[in-house]
Amino acid sequence: MSNPDSGTIDLAEEFLGRRTPMQRIQVTLHRYPYLSPLIVLIVAIAIFALINPRFILPGNLSFITQQTVVIGTLAIAQTLIILTAGIDLSIGAIMVFGQMVMANLAITAASNAANFGLPPWLAITIGICASILAGAINGFLIVKLSLPPFIVTLGTLSVFTALTLILFKARTIQGPEMPDLLKVMGVAIKIGSFQLMVGVIVMLVLFAVFTYVLRMTSWGTHIYAVGDDPQAAELSGISTKRVLFSVYVVAGFITGIGAWIYIGRTGAASPNADPSINLDTITAVVIGGTSLFGGRGTLIGTLLGAFIVVVVENGLALAGLDQAYRVLAIGILVIAAVALDQWIRKVRA
Amino acid sequence: MSTQTLTVEPLLSCRGLVKSFGRVIGLNGADLDLYPGEVLAVVGDNGAGKSTLIKCVAGALIPDTGDITLNGERRDFKRTQDARLQGIETVFQTLAVSPALDIASNLYLGRELRKPGVTGKVFRMLDKKRMRTEASQHLQDLGIGTVQSITQTVETLSGGQRQAVAVARAAVFGSKLIILDEPTAALGVRESARVLQLIKDLRDRGMPVILISHNMPQVFEVADRIHVQRLGRRAAVVTPQTHTMNDVVAIMTGAMSVDEKDQALGPVRSAN
Repeated sequence: MSNPDSGTIDLAEEFLGRRTPMQRIQVTLHRYPYLSPLIVLIVAIAIFALINPRFILPGNLSFITQQTVVIGTLAIAQTLIILTAGIDLSIGAIMVFGQMVMANLAITAASNAANFGLPPWLAITIGICASILAGAINGFLIVKLSLPPFIVTLGTLSVFTALTLILFKARTIQGPEMPDLLKVMGVAIKIGSFQLMVGVIVMLVLFAVFTYVLRMTSWGTHIYAVGDDPQAAELSGISTKRVLFSVYVVAGFITGIGAWIYIGRTGAASPNADPSINLDTITAVVIGGTSLFGGRGTLIGTLLGAFIVVVVENGLALAGLDQAYRVLAIGILVIAAVALDQWIRKVRA
Repeated sequence: MSTQTLTVEPLLSCRGLVKSFGRVIGLNGADLDLYPGEVLAVVGDNGAGKSTLIKCVAGALIPDTGDITLNGERRDFKRTQDARLQGIETVFQTLAVSPALDIASNLYLGRELRKPGVTGKVFRMLDKKRMRTEASQHLQDLGIGTVQSITQTVETLSGGQRQAVAVARAAVFGSKLIILDEPTAALGVRESARVLQLIKDLRDRGMPVILISHNMPQVFEVADRIHVQRLGRRAAVVTPQTHTMNDVVAIMTGAMSVDEKDQALGPVRSAN
């Protein structure tokens, strides 16, 4: 028996330190939240490859990366927001708005829409600025008026969607009308029979940059602190309002880049683009192990989560299953991910 | 000894602080004086305004009216950051630590260290290594370094260890004054003793401490003067030498009042 006065380790604390195998798993997943999506992704790829060998052909793998690029990029913005215990339901609407601004400013074709014909780089810059402004509007409403992010972005989802239709007359701008720079994100670089899209590279760079920002800068630390316990963060001298506002602005910037990628990916700019993109980004973030309650999560998990969403859809399609089953599978994954998160969070107690 | 030290100016002085929350009055013209190098205990019944009073000093609340002067200069703290910049560190009852962050990040929360040179200035890179080594050094120095690893997240710590992190943060960065709000409320006997020892160590280093506590034996063990708060005001200031625990409880509940000439409104510790 050790001397009870030796101080540093209590016998009782040592007993409390003992863990069952289940608790060990819990603690490990708590420490490395991206482990569970990593396992899910590997298992999913293995199963789909067994069911249909075409799944792992380079052609299909390049298709998967192309399918992931927009969800993945927007999911970076969504991760930053969810880490602050917020949520952005308007992210898809902002992206559509941003791409319509870019495309409409750049085209010269005579049509019923306004005929600006700005230099492509300027059109892209203004499109990104429009997305930043949209993010800033979300941030302003959430921070200054102290409204819940869910309600604010539910409202701005409609506002930005309507604004897009009002300003740009519901007209889809086709690829050939647009200058090349707008479509550069869709250019594929051939590596053997694998095709790497420029947009995918940009997405991966964004993931790397923001992983660095979250892990290695004060701002990143403050995002976690604000999401974790806003009162504690404020009392620790962090301006929670400034952090929150800046997160929505930065999310707007990332969404603007996402808009540019979207034009390249689809080869067109449509005001009715992909209404499911909002929920797909949230799905990717949640499956990626980021807690909807804020303060816990990683971007590497989000990247894996985005791939899981696409891999499951793609794999089930190749396995010959109907679209409905793919939606069902994603739904189950989301619920399982949130349930897992709840269980992992009990480590705190 | 009292005649000599009467000329000492208070380090911190509050006059006529009023703070109301809707119809509830937290402070109703509260005064407070803290002299250099002393441990001032603030005691009072629930709702007497102890926490409200120190939150005003710490910048967490803005008083409706009243003056706070630090070293003779009037201060209007709008945020805790303002008070911290003046060297006032506070351990709040809620601890104000971030559970998902590790110990080192918590210690440096809001004043992170950046790497020197371009990596720090342009790329804003944190100097995590330095923060970790310095954080564990600080915990060692304060004799509260019982955690296994400085990279542990705070949520994996026990209540006492979390308290230690919060107290360590205040002790490391407080340069003028440290405020502790119920620092031993959640602690076991041994951990409480360690915090009390820490308070004495701080005093020996010449650091003034305001201690808010319900625990009379602890108050009588470490305090130089005891400020009794009642109904949002200062009811009396006494010393452990002149009054008993029963007296203090009687003042708290209003059963006893102390004539001003019998109070310890001036400093009782001789400044060295």
